[in-house]
Amino acid sequence: MSADAKVRVAMTVNGRQVSAEVESRTLLIHFLRENLNLTGPHIGCDTSHCGACTVDLDGKSVKSCTVFAVQAEGAQVLTIEGMAAADGSLHPLQAAFHEHHGLQCGFCTPGMITRAHRLLQENPHPTEAEIRMGISGNICRCTGYQNIVKAISAAAETIAGLKKEEAAE
Amino acid sequence: MNAPAPTRAEREAALKGMGFARRRTEDARFIQGKGNYVDDLKLPGMLFGDFVRSPYGHARIKKIDVSKAAALPGVKAVLTAEELKPVKLAWMPTLAGDVQMVLADGKVLFANQEVAFVIAEDRYIAADAVELVEVEYEPLPPLVDPFKSMASDAPILREDIKDKLDGAHGKRKHPNHIFEWVVGDKEATDRVFAGAPVTVKELISYQRVHPAPLETCASVASMDKIKGELTVWGTFQAPHVVRTVAAILSGIPEHKIRIISPDIGGGFGNKVGVYPGYVCSIVASIVLGVPVKWVEDRIENLSATAFARDYHMTAELAATSDGKILGLRCHVLADHGAFDACADPSKYPAGFFNIVTGSYDIPVAHLAVDGVYTNKAPGGVAYRCSFRVTEAAYCIERIVDVLARKLNMDPAELRLKNLIKTEQFPYKSALGWEYDSGNYATALNKAMETVGYSALREEQRRNRADFQNGKTRTLMGIGVAFFTEIVGAGPSRNCDILGIAMFDSAEIRVHPTGAAIARFGTKSQGQAHETTYAQIIATETGIPADMIAVEEGDTSTAPYGLGTYGSRSTPVAGAACARAARKIQAKARKIAAHLMEVGEKDVEFDVDRFQVKGLPEKFKTMKEVCWAAYNNVPPGMEPGLEAVDYYDPPNMTYPFGAYICVLDIDVDTGSTKVRRFYALDDCGTRINPMVIEGQVHGGLTEAFGIAMGQEIAYDATGNVQGVTLMDYFLPTAVETPFWETDHTVTPSPHHPIGAKGVGESPNVGGVPAFSNAVIDAFAHLGVTHLQMPHDAWRVWKAAQKLGLVG
Repeated sequence: MSADAKVRVAMTVNGRQVSAEVESRTLLIHFLRENLNLTGPHIGCDTSHCGACTVDLDGKSVKSCTVFAVQAEGAQVLTIEGMAAADGSLHPLQAAFHEHHGLQCGFCTPGMITRAHRLLQENPHPTEAEIRMGISGNICRCTGYQNIVKAISAAAETIAGLKKEEAAE
Repeated sequence: MNAPAPTRAEREAALKGMGFARRRTEDARFIQGKGNYVDDLKLPGMLFGDFVRSPYGHARIKKIDVSKAAALPGVKAVLTAEELKPVKLAWMPTLAGDVQMVLADGKVLFANQEVAFVIAEDRYIAADAVELVEVEYEPLPPLVDPFKSMASDAPILREDIKDKLDGAHGKRKHPNHIFEWVVGDKEATDRVFAGAPVTVKELISYQRVHPAPLETCASVASMDKIKGELTVWGTFQAPHVVRTVAAILSGIPEHKIRIISPDIGGGFGNKVGVYPGYVCSIVASIVLGVPVKWVEDRIENLSATAFARDYHMTAELAATSDGKILGLRCHVLADHGAFDACADPSKYPAGFFNIVTGSYDIPVAHLAVDGVYTNKAPGGVAYRCSFRVTEAAYCIERIVDVLARKLNMDPAELRLKNLIKTEQFPYKSALGWEYDSGNYATALNKAMETVGYSALREEQRRNRADFQNGKTRTLMGIGVAFFTEIVGAGPSRNCDILGIAMFDSAEIRVHPTGAAIARFGTKSQGQAHETTYAQIIATETGIPADMIAVEEGDTSTAPYGLGTYGSRSTPVAGAACARAARKIQAKARKIAAHLMEVGEKDVEFDVDRFQVKGLPEKFKTMKEVCWAAYNNVPPGMEPGLEAVDYYDPPNMTYPFGAYICVLDIDVDTGSTKVRRFYALDDCGTRINPMVIEGQVHGGLTEAFGIAMGQEIAYDATGNVQGVTLMDYFLPTAVETPFWETDHTVTPSPHHPIGAKGVGESPNVGGVPAFSNAVIDAFAHLGVTHLQMPHDAWRVWKAAQKLGLVG
């Protein structure tokens, strides 16, 4: 099959069933941005270094600029657009990035928050060093990371607090 | 029962004006993935353009065959220089008074130069078609080393101007010479050097780097042939200038051109210039009548649009034997690449490099800069700094350290001895600037006390003894930098771009309900203008910042301004903002007096209201006055509440700071660990401390990247190397040190609110602090200078050369 032959892909993105005809060479980032108009994830380097395109694929952070859309066939995909609650209230990470000035130009932010979300699933109580290592696949050119680390740390506490409340109820 | 009246402090808090760590209004869209960057834009029928680029640094083009590419299904057109010539766009003027090829005309002059532009239905087809364009090259000898540019046997790069003896900045000495720029008193300086007890000289190179914002450059051009209107969305730090240039180049009247800078994913100087991609997307849209998008990839970004630095500075200082600096002499060889596309004010071919006397009281100085062509990409932008200011700060901060070694003096002590004294401001420098205000010694003393400087030097003495005795393989370095920036270009008497004075503008419209919209000629790329301009207006008018929308970047709605770069937004547009807001306040005061039936002189402004002097319980709130502006103004007054201000600054502003870096070098691996970095910044009045701190963190991280790893290198054949993020060092959270920030406040006496600008200070002061620290680690072994970037390999080589490792 040639790279530009069309194939049908279907997956669940932010809880919504989607499917489309795409060229087999279509990258997941282009499928999300062009076919689904989910322009939160960005393209910053094309070589899997910058992490601006980070999305969650079946419970793992991936750089969607180096995943083919067809590789996500049948998968659960989460992008920044799926982070807020159904009622529109912000995810604790989104709120913490705002509160702690964890963003400037905003271009890395969707990938950074999506990655931080997975990091906190993997390690709900990370140390500063673990946060820094955990987001080392995501480059930010504006903030120097210090406030991002602060925001993720604060969000971890908020989430832990919410879980405690849930357990108490 | 009524709620108690809010206290003055509560009213101030509700305003969120200047000095308040106001959370950013722009965050809401970015944290939810709803930013609007150029590549997010989708228009009906939009096509996608991509470049064929040169594999050679220097070659003649024998033939371009586009037939196979043009025949590929989905390809709509292929442009070469031949197609651009009838519309006179094969070349375009640069901001520096030179011309630049849009598409290669007869020859290529740098690796990855734009040769042809393919337009197709989507970016995949465009990329396929790029591969099908066949170009036949005849390689020519490359010129890579700027020190060989003016050799008699150097290959002539720019055949288009080889017989032109006069450049945009005076006489040219060689076909590869661009300009010579001379400032200062040569005779007096030479005299001082001839008689000075101590002199030092060092060749200090600042390597070629790239700003590398996370979003690359991009544009979408849409020509409406029916209305004759062109709209261009693009990554433009200066949208109004782009419109003027587009009007001049295309012949389309300026009122029929609309330039929109949507959200910009970082700029750092990369998005000031006009690039072939922008021009080609515009031409393609005009030719094809549909929107055309161009987005560069990272390799294209790092190798073709806007490098920075590449300054080779031979600096000399003359001093007394007890360390009083008597004079400075400096020659710079500036590598501009194949076209002079520097983004400097027109009269300054080397930017404000004549700030090279730095923060020191140096009686006499002389500077000469020679700009030369090489087979490298054009650019020379101010990468998070004012024009060539970071090069100047690096030069003086390094050579002062060199002098300290020669005198066997502590580098901080030598600085304290020579800093311009507070009572000397406004201070006229030997190379022609008038520094507005400073409290230099206070800042450096505070920095030294905070870090415990003398204890650190004591620890370093022990470390050196331990190293000598084989007890450790780590060397400790302490780097001190004291920088003075020159930002806020600039006064119309000396600053213009293509003849347009470098003023900036603000327009404020207050609505009846007490909300407002404000528009500016600048354009944020992450600097939080939407948040901070509103704070200035809040303090000056009493309208809460949360009730003020800030807009920039659309030439159809914003007042004309010169854009955002060189830390000019706060010094210039911020001043216009304050002055426009004061015009609003002045009119509002008249309306308030009318409402309270008292004389205007009896009314005073207080936070969010106008009150009768001596009778604070008698007042009208600004909100009430806003409503009255639309239904009850004094007889003879125009209704409405609007103001516009165009601000031509009387002088630049001069932010300064004291930075201290402490690091440890493992000599066996060359790896460096930054133990502590303390940054004290004085940017005058502080509008939003949270935003300032964020700017300092970011700028320091960029400085760390530059000093410790960034380099756009070329091999001997003119191949550009390391232009993906695999090789080009952008620090991650793991390498990035923790930043300690601090401040003093010395307001600018000529700025309406005393603010000086801060975004670029940390890059300017950070680079010499890191570099001085690395070199300081080896200083006791006789090392006076090491070439940046100080990556592990270079540091290890230095250790090896000293015989520290086998």
